[in-house]
Amino acid sequence: MVWGELKNTAAERRLFQRRAMVMLVFVLVLMTGLLARMYQLQIVEHEIYTTLSDKNRVQVQSVPPPRGLVYDRNNVLLAENRPVFSLTVVPERVGDMDATLARLSDILSIADEDLERFQRRLREPRRPFQAIPLSYDLDEAEIARMAVHRHQFPGVEVEAELVRYYPHSELTAHALGFVGRINRDELQRIDPVNYAGTNYIGKSGIERFYEEALHGQVGYQHVETNARGRILRVLERVNPVPGEDLQLHLDLRLQRRAHELMEGRRGAIIAIEPKTGGILALASVPGFDANKFVTGISVNDYRELSQSIDKPLFNRALRGQYPPASTIKPMMAVAALDSGATDKDRRIWDPGYFQLREGGRRFRNWNRSGDGWVDLKYSMARSNDVYFYAVGVDMGVDVMSSYLARFGFGEDATLDVSGALTGLLPTADWKRAVRNEPWYPGDSVNMSIGQGFLLATPMQLATATALIANRGAWVEPRLLKDVHGDSPVEEFLPEQTHEQLELKDPDDWEYVVDTMEEVMHGARGTGRSAGRGASYRMAGKTGTAQVFSLGQDEEYDEEQIRERLRDHALFVGFAPADDPKIAVAVIVENGGSGSGAAAPVARALFDAWLEEFPAEQAEPVISDSSAAGGDN
Amino acid sequence: MAGSKLWSSQTGSDLGRNRSIWSALHLDPILLGLLLLLVGGGLFVLYSGADRNIDVVKAQGIRLGVAFVVMFVFAQLDPAVFRRWAPWLYGLGLIGLVAVLLVGVGAKGAQRWLALPGLPRFQPSEFMKLVVPMMAAWYLSRYYLPPTFPRVMTGLVIVLLPMFLIIQQPDLGTSLLVGMAGIFVVFFAGISWKLIAAFLAMVSVSAPLMWFFVVREYQKQRVLTLLDPQSDPLGAGWNIIQSKTAIGSGGMEGKGWLQGTQSHLEFLPESHTDFIVAVLAEEFGFIGMLLLLTVYFLIILRCLYISVTAQDSFSRLVAGALTMTFFIYIFVNIGMVSGLLPVVGVPLPLISYGGTSSVTLMAAFGVLMSIHTHRRMITA
Repeated sequence: MVWGELKNTAAERRLFQRRAMVMLVFVLVLMTGLLARMYQLQIVEHEIYTTLSDKNRVQVQSVPPPRGLVYDRNNVLLAENRPVFSLTVVPERVGDMDATLARLSDILSIADEDLERFQRRLREPRRPFQAIPLSYDLDEAEIARMAVHRHQFPGVEVEAELVRYYPHSELTAHALGFVGRINRDELQRIDPVNYAGTNYIGKSGIERFYEEALHGQVGYQHVETNARGRILRVLERVNPVPGEDLQLHLDLRLQRRAHELMEGRRGAIIAIEPKTGGILALASVPGFDANKFVTGISVNDYRELSQSIDKPLFNRALRGQYPPASTIKPMMAVAALDSGATDKDRRIWDPGYFQLREGGRRFRNWNRSGDGWVDLKYSMARSNDVYFYAVGVDMGVDVMSSYLARFGFGEDATLDVSGALTGLLPTADWKRAVRNEPWYPGDSVNMSIGQGFLLATPMQLATATALIANRGAWVEPRLLKDVHGDSPVEEFLPEQTHEQLELKDPDDWEYVVDTMEEVMHGARGTGRSAGRGASYRMAGKTGTAQVFSLGQDEEYDEEQIRERLRDHALFVGFAPADDPKIAVAVIVENGGSGSGAAAPVARALFDAWLEEFPAEQAEPVISDSSAAGGDN
Repeated sequence: MAGSKLWSSQTGSDLGRNRSIWSALHLDPILLGLLLLLVGGGLFVLYSGADRNIDVVKAQGIRLGVAFVVMFVFAQLDPAVFRRWAPWLYGLGLIGLVAVLLVGVGAKGAQRWLALPGLPRFQPSEFMKLVVPMMAAWYLSRYYLPPTFPRVMTGLVIVLLPMFLIIQQPDLGTSLLVGMAGIFVVFFAGISWKLIAAFLAMVSVSAPLMWFFVVREYQKQRVLTLLDPQSDPLGAGWNIIQSKTAIGSGGMEGKGWLQGTQSHLEFLPESHTDFIVAVLAEEFGFIGMLLLLTVYFLIILRCLYISVTAQDSFSRLVAGALTMTFFIYIFVNIGMVSGLLPVVGVPLPLISYGGTSSVTLMAAFGVLMSIHTHRRMITA
């Protein structure tokens, strides 16, 4: 033994044995404690932690419904959905953001405004591991480059989403409207549940009016995710209900023809099928490419469109408020006959002007030399102003206004066309309230030939013309023809609100139609050159509206000023006269005269609709919705 | 009862042929069998905890192989060798700890490794887990037991000096384990209960002072997080919330092997290292935990038996202290993962992924086997 003290080996062993027993008890107690803890967590509180665990891993995700497609009356696809690839970034998974952005811009072209928007989103509060879009609408070359360099960019992903695409955008932009990204105001209006996962909403036109039907019902899925939010598998899925596919009355061929006829000009064309109220063509020229607006138009593109003096973004057909000029005369004729202000036999002396009293102001006829004794039929055919001055003054403003109101002036009479303006239907009260002046008889003189305060949109003129074609039977203009699916179209269309326009003598309708036929086919009719050689009878009325003023702040060169000071050319009409299949309103801005610029356009549309297209309709068109929807 | 068999199986004179083979190899078959059972089951849990990464399991298998070789080598040495070398190794260990503080390398703000040219990187603090109890046992067993008060104080200095150096790294977990190993030696040596009571009273009085003047901010944070994990659910509280959720959602039978959502969906951090027991609890439930704790308990029981039957005081003290250190590993790790104790870096012994602690632990079992198989048959 090296140790210096005497040791009692047996006593030390017994001491150790006692201590070892104490430690054994110590171990037993603490291990029982651990087991009790496990019992508490795993058995007693099991439910709580199961819930926590499920909440951890299972997330409910919305599945946006595919937006309904839009077809024309022949089932030609007008609005579809296309996969668009955008670049998104999960900031938490990106190491050096500045370096990543710099290297990304080496292989992709990232617009400055996208970059700015991204930086802004980066600074806003958001959920961790949520992807922020950096660049929209990558082209195939960019997607390929990203695929090659992907390993260099952790946290950067190319994501696909379905985005609206208009294959005939320039033709249909004003008729269909377009969708765009949901903005802050819309965000407060929409149902946040149904739009969870939807990024786009109808901004105008059909897209806006039928937003609810086109959008569909959101679906959802329970997905298992990891701590970073990456989806690992889908546990349960309730499929979204796709939006309704809509079929419009619109005929793409007629729409295209309308645009061709207006090529190089500014103006609007509305064509309506009188029996159904179906809008066959709705053209506002020049148009624009609505696809640019869907994913967000660039500042430069928008500036170019919005500052163009041709105002391509302006929907002239629905929002252009023009003096209707002589195209108002058919409605005035109905009003004058029915109110008793005139009859078929009344004749008025036209010396080339009209005076309210002897020696007063002279309201000139467009034919300065005068037409002599004129009746209603002749006045319609020659568009004599003096006759209408006289009956207009006889009716007075309130009679004229009440009749025009029943034709749909001064209101938006359309059923499902969004964004249509009401024009201006003046009354004596209106003038007192707005101008603080009494209604002068001279105002009635101007109003009787569609000048003065009276303003109407091409849509209103076409509506009123269709009403004459229908001999007073109101069928409100509409775009929606049918809904592909089980629901009847009536479920989607708003109710009709207008009552039949009944005249004391229903024969007056035929008489007014006769006078309009005289315009097109009479020996001295103002539209006779447009009506010449037709195999069918047509009814119409030309109009030429004075352009009063020009914006003072707009800079035009002299050539353009002269061009833009010319009169607007207008035309309303329908054909065939006894069984109308199509009613149109045409306005050619600064076209000069209605008979020269607008009437030939209408004639071409009549010919196309009545003679050219029905024959073509026998040919097969893309009619199967699934084939049309799935062809890309 | 299995326990009574463990206590009695190899006492007395029934020296069969098997006994002599194991004796020649200096291995204890019961302890070896329990360790292999634990390690084998542990690799299955590790495969799941590492999210089916077979490479992790292979690497751990190799490390465990090395650890078993180390155990075998230690088992061949006579306990007298450990006793003779204890003071020298202790001195070497202290130099190593000082060197770590001066030139050590490490990560996450702590210096733990010593990278000497020509040698593999190693942690002197790991080494001290074995050496400190040996040194304390060497010192105390030189004299009669129970030790006098001055000798107890000297023994405590032997323990506290390396503890202090390890805390400086800083490494609270290892310092705690090293300190516990030494204190168990003092306890087993027979320190009087009065003295124990006095020390406990002193600790409870000085604890508040320690809290304000010694405990570092991040360590305070861990304790506060333990008390209220919801105060910082995405930061420091995340680990505790997620591991408790993993354990609790396991229920009685567990979600099944590889079916644990908490670990496989990456909610549970460190699922293959310090928090691996949460994976086991989630996938094998309360039954799995019962089995694990039973295996651990049987190992401890066998080791205590080896301690009690050791032939000299040095061997008894070392064996007893190493056994209790092993237990402290288990208790601190499971206590921490189940939210009973603050988060300190203590792995689950022989199951958590990591080479260093496995090698140290198996070396300790080697020492225990050496003590058991080098008994001289004087009394038989």
